[in-house]
Amino acid sequence: MPLLEVNSLQTHFRTPDGVNRAVDGVSFQVGEGETLAVVGESGCGKSVTANSILRLIPEPPGKIAGSIRFRGVDLLQLSDKEMRRVRGNDISMIFQEPMTSLNPVLTVGRQLGETLRLHQRVSRRQADARAVEMLRLVGIPEAKRRLGEYPHQLSGGMRQRVMIAIALSCRPKLLIADEPTTALDVTIQAQILDLMKDLKAKVGAAIILITHDLGIVAEVAERVMVMYAGRKVEEASVEKLFRTPRHPYTQGLFGAVPKLGSSLAGHATKLAEIPGLVPSLKQRIPGCVFATRCASATDLCRQSAPALELKASGHLAACHYAPKEALAA
Amino acid sequence: MKRPLLEVTDLKKHFFLHSGPLGGGAATVYAVDGVSFAIDRAETLALVGESGCGKSTVGRCILRLFDITGGRVVLDGKRIDDLSAGALRPFRRRVQVVFQDPFSSLNPRMRVRDILAEPIRNFRLAKSGADLAARVDRLLDVVRLSRDAARRWPHEFSGGQRQRIGIARALAAEPDLIVCDEAVSALDVSVKAQIVNLLYDLQQELALAMLFISHDLAIVEHMTHRVAVMYLGKIVELAPKRALFAGPKHPYTQALLSAVPVAEPGAARQRIILKGDVPSPIDPPKGCRFHTRCPYAFERCRAEEPALRPTAGGHLAACHLHDLPVAQNPLAAAA
Repeated sequence: MPLLEVNSLQTHFRTPDGVNRAVDGVSFQVGEGETLAVVGESGCGKSVTANSILRLIPEPPGKIAGSIRFRGVDLLQLSDKEMRRVRGNDISMIFQEPMTSLNPVLTVGRQLGETLRLHQRVSRRQADARAVEMLRLVGIPEAKRRLGEYPHQLSGGMRQRVMIAIALSCRPKLLIADEPTTALDVTIQAQILDLMKDLKAKVGAAIILITHDLGIVAEVAERVMVMYAGRKVEEASVEKLFRTPRHPYTQGLFGAVPKLGSSLAGHATKLAEIPGLVPSLKQRIPGCVFATRCASATDLCRQSAPALELKASGHLAACHYAPKEALAA
Repeated sequence: MKRPLLEVTDLKKHFFLHSGPLGGGAATVYAVDGVSFAIDRAETLALVGESGCGKSTVGRCILRLFDITGGRVVLDGKRIDDLSAGALRPFRRRVQVVFQDPFSSLNPRMRVRDILAEPIRNFRLAKSGADLAARVDRLLDVVRLSRDAARRWPHEFSGGQRQRIGIARALAAEPDLIVCDEAVSALDVSVKAQIVNLLYDLQQELALAMLFISHDLAIVEHMTHRVAVMYLGKIVELAPKRALFAGPKHPYTQALLSAVPVAEPGAARQRIILKGDVPSPIDPPKGCRFHTRCPYAFERCRAEEPALRPTAGGHLAACHLHDLPVAQNPLAAAA
C-alpha cells in the first residue's frame, strides 16, 4: 500500500464569473520515504493540489472531490477534529515564504513547542528540549539562545530552517514542501537543499516537493509529475523524464530554460519558446489542455482529451502523439 | 582608444538611517561602496549577486533615481551625476529602464497608447500627431504585440505581455542604454523564455547597450557579453562571459556558480556550500568583505581589503589568493 494515494482529485473554486477548475482530475501516489516532485508554471494547480491534501482549501468557495488516501484512510472523509490531528503530525508542510508563515509576535521556541505540545503529550520542559534538538538538527548555531528570538531577528535562510524544524518536529511520514527555496538566494538555497537531502536520510519522511525549477527537481526528486492547466500531463522517474520527456509541454519546458555552461558549449542559441498563454481554467476544455500552444496539435487534440497512457515502463504521458515504446510483458 | 558609452568610477551610495523612536541608533548602510565599470555601445554587461549586494542600487544610481554619495557617472564623455534636474533631461532620454514587476510598473489608469506616447511627447521626438501614432504602432511591432493593443488597458494583459509593454516604453525614448533590473525574474519559465529571446533580438537589431541586473546566472550567461559579480557593495570579479563561466577567479563567483541546481539527474558535481549568511552592509567585515564565508580565507584577507585588478585570462578579480604562488592558489587551476 502506498503511503499516499490520490485519486481523481478535483479542486474547483466558485467565482463570480464561473467555476475555476484549478485541479481537474489528478491521480498520483507517493511511496514511503519517496520524493515526488510536482512541476509546473504558476496557475497549473500544483499548490492547490498540495493544499487539498491537507484540506487547507476554504470551502466554500472551494470544493474538493475525489479521494486522498493516507495510509489507507481517506482524508476527505475525516471530521475537522480528526484532520487537525493529521496536520503537522503525520503530514506537515513547508511554505515558500518563511516570513509570512511564521508568527511574528511569538518566539521561535514557542512556535516549535506549540506543534509538539499539540500533538504529542510532552511537558513544556520536554518540548523545549526537543525544540533545541530540532534546531541543532537543522543546523542552527546557538540553538538555546535562538529559542527566545523572534522571526524578524533571523535571516531568510534561518527562518526557513526554523520552518523545517517545526515541520519535522513530530516526525511526520509525509512532508509537503511548496517552493521551499524560491524566496531564497542561490547560496542559501544550496544550503537548504543540502539540509533537506541530509534530513531525508535521517528522518526518512516521504516528500512532495513543489517547484518550478527543473534544476532542483533533478537534484532532489526520485519521481516527477508535470502539471499543466490543472491536469497531470506526464509522470516518470527523474532519469526517464529528463532523458526522454514525452509530452510536448515537458519538452517545451526543457527547451525554455537556459543551461549554465551554455556559453562554453558554443554559440549562443535562442531559447525555445512555448508560444501563447496558459488557457483560462474557467471554461471546460474539450480537448487536450495544451493543444492551443502545441506545435504538433491536430484536430484530434482539439476535440478529444488524451488519457494518461503508459508510454514506456513507468512513464505516463497524456498525449495522442507521444511515441510509445514496446513494453516488456 | 574608443570612448565607452557609460563609465562608472568609484561609485558610492550610502544610505543614512536615522535613529528610531525606540532609541535605535543612527547607522550608515554601505549599499554600494566603490564600484567601477564601463559599458561600450551595443554591449551588454550583467550585474549579478544575491539580494542586498547593491546591484539594483547601482542601476538606480546610473538612472539618477538616487543622488550618489561619491564617485562619477560619465555618459558618452559627459559627467551626469552632478547635473541639475533640468540639465539632466537630455540624458534621461538616453538611459531608460525596464523594471522587474510588470504589474506595478505600468500605470493602471493609462491606456497602452498613452503609456508609450508619454516618453515620445516628453522628449519631443514626434514631428506630428500622425508621426506619434506611427511610432506607437512601430513600438508594438518591435515588441511583437498586435497594434490594437494600443487601445487597451494594462490589466487586460498577462505578465509577459505587460513586460513587453514595459520594454516598448523604454524603447520609446530611443535610448542608448537600457537598465534591465531583474526584468525577467517575475515571469514564468515559458514566458521568461519569450522575453529573454525578445531582449536578445532587440539587442542585435537596435545595437542597444544594456545593463542587465539579475540573480539568475543561467540567463545572464545566455544574454550578456561581460559579467560583473557583486558582493556587499563591491565588484569582486568582472570578466568576459565565457572566461567567467569557464573558470571563475574569485571564490565567491566559484561558490555562486556551483550553487545553481543543474537540470541533469545524477550529475556528479562538487558543490561549494557557503557557510552562514551575507553580513550586514551596515557593518561590513573588515579586510576582504567575503572573508567570513570564504573557504580559502587566510590571515591577510582579514586585515587588508583586496583591490580589483587583472588576473590571468582577462579577468578582473579582487582576491589575495592571486598573490600566492600558483601551487597554493586554489583558483589558478581552473582554466
